[in-house]
Amino acid sequence: MGIVKVRKNFHQARWDEPIIFELSTPGLRGVVPPPPEKELQEAVGDAEKLIPSSIRRKTPPGLPELDQKSVLAHYLHLAQETLGANLCNDISEGTCTMKYNPRINEEIAYLPGIAALHPWQDEDTIQGILQIYYEFEQILKEVSGMDKFLLHPQGGAHAVFTAACIMRAYHIEHGNWGKKDEIISAAFTHPCDHASPATAGFKLIILPPGPDGYPPLEAFEEAISERTAGLFITNPEDTGIYNLNIDKIVKMVHDAGGLCFYDQANANVLLGIARAREAGFDMCHFNIHKTFGTPHGCSGPGLGALGVREHLIKYLPVPTVEYDGSKYYLDYNRPQSIGKVRQFVGPATVLIRAYAWVMAVGKEYLREVSEISTINHNYLQKKLLERIPELEVPYAEGRFRLEEARYSWRKLTEETGVGTDDVMRRIGDYGIQHYWSSHHPWVVPEPMTLEPCETYRKEDLDEYVEALAQIVEEAKKDPEFVKNAPYKCASHKRDDEASLDDPNKWALTWRAYLKKHKKA
Amino acid sequence: MKKVGLIVNPIAGMGGKLGYKGTDGIVDLCKESGAVPESPRRAIEALKKLSPLKDEHEIITCPSEMGESEARAAGLENIKVVGTIVPGNTTSEDTKRAAALISDHDIDILLFAGGDGTARDVYSAIDGKVVVLGIPSGVKIHSAVYAVNPKRAGEVAYGYLAGKIRKTKQAEVMDIDEEAFRNGRVTARLFGYMTVPDEPVFVQSAKAGGRGSEEVDVENIAFRVLDEMKQGWIYILGPGTTTKVIKDKIGEGGTLLGVDVVLDRKFIGYDVNEKHLLDILDTGKPAAIVVTIIGGQGLIFGRGNQQISADVIKRVGRENIIVIATKNKLAGLGNKPLLVDTGDEETDRMLEGYIRVTTGYHEQRLWKVSQ
Repeated sequence: MGIVKVRKNFHQARWDEPIIFELSTPGLRGVVPPPPEKELQEAVGDAEKLIPSSIRRKTPPGLPELDQKSVLAHYLHLAQETLGANLCNDISEGTCTMKYNPRINEEIAYLPGIAALHPWQDEDTIQGILQIYYEFEQILKEVSGMDKFLLHPQGGAHAVFTAACIMRAYHIEHGNWGKKDEIISAAFTHPCDHASPATAGFKLIILPPGPDGYPPLEAFEEAISERTAGLFITNPEDTGIYNLNIDKIVKMVHDAGGLCFYDQANANVLLGIARAREAGFDMCHFNIHKTFGTPHGCSGPGLGALGVREHLIKYLPVPTVEYDGSKYYLDYNRPQSIGKVRQFVGPATVLIRAYAWVMAVGKEYLREVSEISTINHNYLQKKLLERIPELEVPYAEGRFRLEEARYSWRKLTEETGVGTDDVMRRIGDYGIQHYWSSHHPWVVPEPMTLEPCETYRKEDLDEYVEALAQIVEEAKKDPEFVKNAPYKCASHKRDDEASLDDPNKWALTWRAYLKKHKKA
Repeated sequence: MKKVGLIVNPIAGMGGKLGYKGTDGIVDLCKESGAVPESPRRAIEALKKLSPLKDEHEIITCPSEMGESEARAAGLENIKVVGTIVPGNTTSEDTKRAAALISDHDIDILLFAGGDGTARDVYSAIDGKVVVLGIPSGVKIHSAVYAVNPKRAGEVAYGYLAGKIRKTKQAEVMDIDEEAFRNGRVTARLFGYMTVPDEPVFVQSAKAGGRGSEEVDVENIAFRVLDEMKQGWIYILGPGTTTKVIKDKIGEGGTLLGVDVVLDRKFIGYDVNEKHLLDILDTGKPAAIVVTIIGGQGLIFGRGNQQISADVIKRVGRENIIVIATKNKLAGLGNKPLLVDTGDEETDRMLEGYIRVTTGYHEQRLWKVSQ
């Protein structure tokens, strides 16, 4: 057994590093590029004239002016403040699937033969990366039972939006656009499943949870009608409760002439166990950056892989990656495609890491990833509820949660006034990532969502429980202390919450800041 | 230096422990039965939360048990006493006089301990711009101007005075007829709105903790209702701040507290009563009702909009009822259903079951309705 260590004296580096614009000294330069060679100058002429005068700047951009050393020092200081934060106890970020991202996959992604590739290269010169796209697609098909995958979308919501556009194209082709315009979803389903179809022109009917934590069948019966265009649903939702009626719901929507999309952002629980195809879904997606072990959340970009059944393949965006038996190629000749949802064929650096991850895990152990994730969470949940009587896990009493759960600090808040936002900030002082409370609006009061993936050890789980238990003790003894946390993190509590609602105060750019606060 | 107004209705809550539905008009009976005042203890509990302000505040309050004693018992200093009362014999007139007098002192917030009756008295005496917050200690709390409990009232007041809470919002002042209530009948009225600190977690009826802009949600809801209005249909628009946004987009004169009627995007009736509504429906035109949640309990019919009676609802039909509410307000109900209390069993039963609540331009949420 390892040692359970709560990092009571944890401390991040912290100081007020100036904004780079504040460090600017007029005239300082880091690099002075040489003038172009004479031959080039003669061949091109006056480069400025190549840009139409209507889009030429009248004044140079107000960039910060610094020497090389100051630029390096500035960014090093910023990095020092958050150094190693991606390797701390990350059980906190429920629904984000923050598993350990093996470093060797970073090395592979940085190999010059991969890092130096350019998407404009000829197909003949990028056969290797196209093969990886193609083979990774076959893996996702096997895991989900879908007939084809698209790897273009840059994130989960992007894949969900693409699914909504495909659903729209399907109803247009069948002459139902305008007649079928309602999408059914559930309150605990990820909000991108509400916003994306709405952006694509649909209207949302969102169903409230019943005692089991998901909408009862009678709510679906009430909501489904001849106007139903489709279903967008997560299963399990962030409550970690598996919806046992899922195949029945899919059938009801199909019977009404709708299509069904399965948001599999929480797929870390169903690898090798349950497939979208067997539940009857027409489409599903994976957050490759979550389930397939690549860095995300400020550490790397995302990839939302969208899978479709045979009858929807024709609508997929272009180009798709195909194989003719001897070489890999990009297929743009798809007349019924919805068009493009981004340039090129998808975030290659995420794909490389995910491919390396899944090849290392192997087919037979993918299922184990889900099993260990579920066991880890159930251990954590049991221990949390035993150790901290102030903590509740609402809905579906007596039923197991799977790989995550949405807990509630309602009792603690009523007793001490310390809410989930306070506990969340305080846990940072123990060297643990602040946690994910919930999407808004909060359906569970004072929520906290935890998801210990397969890569955490028992000692990590115990550390987490112990840190939360200590914070509860602190809250009972001195609520104000917890309310003003964190004290030892690089970030601090923003006590001017209201100014975020005032457009005259917040500024997204230096220029906006000068305008609003310096009256420049 | 922050100025805090304080009014304690010393008899509020006395009727509750004796099983009465209020204290209005039965004070002597309560006293004879040995009822102990609830509000002083609750006011002190709230006021103790102001202690971190130390001497950076001034309390402006009434003499003796109407505020002065509670402020001193809570350990507060810098107390300025205004007005006069007859100790042991205060009435609702004292609350009104005190509210008017105290709000003249350029106060930052007015705290009052009491119930729905106290909120009404304060409402009738002050300018709508004065920021107030109720410390709940009455028997009936239907008004949304009260914090969920005294401790939270103190915390919200402190947060507002310390500049941690800066936004304010309009909250309902409601009251029911106590005499009728004691006889088993509920007739509630929406009396108006007062300005309270906007702290979603702590003020009654908004427990959702939502951070999205409530104003934007209301605008989107209003646009959807307007865009879906059909030519030749009568639209009966109930009271409330949410429906008022729709009324304001239609034109001038729409009422906040009354029921207004619209045909082809023009008002054809302002602040109408039940008879007027039935007369309008007699024209035979198809009609729809637009209502929102009134007060903190989730009521959509039977509180503050009794003009839209069971007869009116039956004539319009369940399928033509448009319920509107922001996501946060709905989420604030938790697992509780929307409530109806039209006074007619058959109509209440007809309204039961799932109903679609419009929560955004593109969004409706299914919610259960119950009696």
